[in-house]
Amino acid sequence: MNPMQGLSNRIAVVGVGNTPYGDFPAVSDYTLGAEAFKAAIADCGLNKNEIDGLLCCRVPFYARMGEILGLNPRWTMTLPGHGRMSGIAIAEAMLALETGAANHVALIYTNIGRSRRMNYGGDESASFWDPWGLTSPGASHALMFRMHMERYGTTTRQLAEVSVAFRNNAILNPDAVMRKPITIDEHESIRRIVEPLGLLDYCLINDGAVCMILTTRERAADLKKPPVLISGVGARDAFERAAIGNFDPEFWYDEVREAGSQAYEMAGVTKDDVDALMCYDNFSPTVLFSLEGLGFCGRGEAGSFVENGALGVHGRLPTNTDGGHLSNSYMQGWALNVEAVRQLRGECGERQVQDCEVVQYIAATPCTRSIIYTKG
Amino acid sequence: MMNSYDKPLPTIDEYSKGYWALARQHRLSVQVCRHCGHRHFPASPVCPSCLSDAQAWEPVSGHGTLVSWVTFHRAYWNAFRDELPYHVCVVQLDDGPLVVGNFGNGIPENVKMGMPMKVQFEDVTPDVSLARFVPA
Repeated sequence: MNPMQGLSNRIAVVGVGNTPYGDFPAVSDYTLGAEAFKAAIADCGLNKNEIDGLLCCRVPFYARMGEILGLNPRWTMTLPGHGRMSGIAIAEAMLALETGAANHVALIYTNIGRSRRMNYGGDESASFWDPWGLTSPGASHALMFRMHMERYGTTTRQLAEVSVAFRNNAILNPDAVMRKPITIDEHESIRRIVEPLGLLDYCLINDGAVCMILTTRERAADLKKPPVLISGVGARDAFERAAIGNFDPEFWYDEVREAGSQAYEMAGVTKDDVDALMCYDNFSPTVLFSLEGLGFCGRGEAGSFVENGALGVHGRLPTNTDGGHLSNSYMQGWALNVEAVRQLRGECGERQVQDCEVVQYIAATPCTRSIIYTKG
Repeated sequence: MMNSYDKPLPTIDEYSKGYWALARQHRLSVQVCRHCGHRHFPASPVCPSCLSDAQAWEPVSGHGTLVSWVTFHRAYWNAFRDELPYHVCVVQLDDGPLVVGNFGNGIPENVKMGMPMKVQFEDVTPDVSLARFVPA
């Protein structure tokens, strides 16, 4: 039994908000964070002074964020700007709410990497392997995808299905950064970054911010919109094999399976109940690894699973219906969790998944996390 | 020529200096725990298995199998720009850990996962020699 079973359906997401996504050189992290916070407060109808828990992720200084928002929480936490932190943050907020350390938690994520020209490699992220020229998370995913090709015969055209499906989803999302149609052939011919990966296998880099507001199920009942419940969570880290950053020779298969199993069990659902999947897609191969670990297909079979638009809004497993990191926005998992909430509320317009009742978030990383959201 | 080497160089510290000293002699090494024999790489201040401080660098055969390889078409450091595209490989050593290197003589003919590889070293500065791998 999942030791966190007692928290199933106890905590609700009551407010979500985000800024526009793009390139905003004149705007600070804090400005974006405040804008997302205001949107989330308006979304749930709470008085902002009732926020007594503040979690900041990738925000430079939590106290400055709190000062700007005029908050004096009794629970504050800050987490680094790593994609793996979004799932971690949401579970931490659950614990704070369940124990009474806070009654209403605002989680704020900000990112100004685009306008400040972040590279995600080279001297920005020094490692032992720099003398050999191995740098950037994309290169680690290229190494893993090469292994998937060699072991299972997966092709770059199959990988293209992921990028094309998410772009088609983004076209239905008016807020997405990239909405120009792409084809499998374009995925194949566009410039390579770290081969076997090309430009369309890489996430976007854009500025923006996201805010989520969580409270207990009981308190949620008084708020503006129907609550979305956190029904299950699952977690497993893989630090012992982390010598090459963002790389795992087994594609975090056991970790994804374990985090997924914990989440399903806690929520009392199976993979077959999942109406939409929100899958951390820093690079397109991560999606294949996640599908296999969660058991949506057999090990090594994700290449054929994703063919023929399987991940589209109207496909057999609607995935990253907002366009994901590849085409919507690089909000490091946060926007995907917001999309899960909006799908369950039925707020997604043209990209709405019909009869959407169970949505799963999965991030296959050295800190693998999964969350299952259901309608309240 | 060696003075003009401007690619990233290792940060040689108390824990990694044994590796770099052996590399200078063209010997590949991994860290071995004197207490439990666990082999790991890169350097760790304590054994990840038993937490002992007693760590030593032990030469290995330099033989292994190719796990993966990639080709960089983007230079994250200017010094790599003239070499684009360049290759990076990952090798599973017969004696334990995974190591990162470059191919010694360009990408091997009929390159494939699992092909036997062996290490060579290239002296890139008077103090630093880097591991390269060629088909065994």
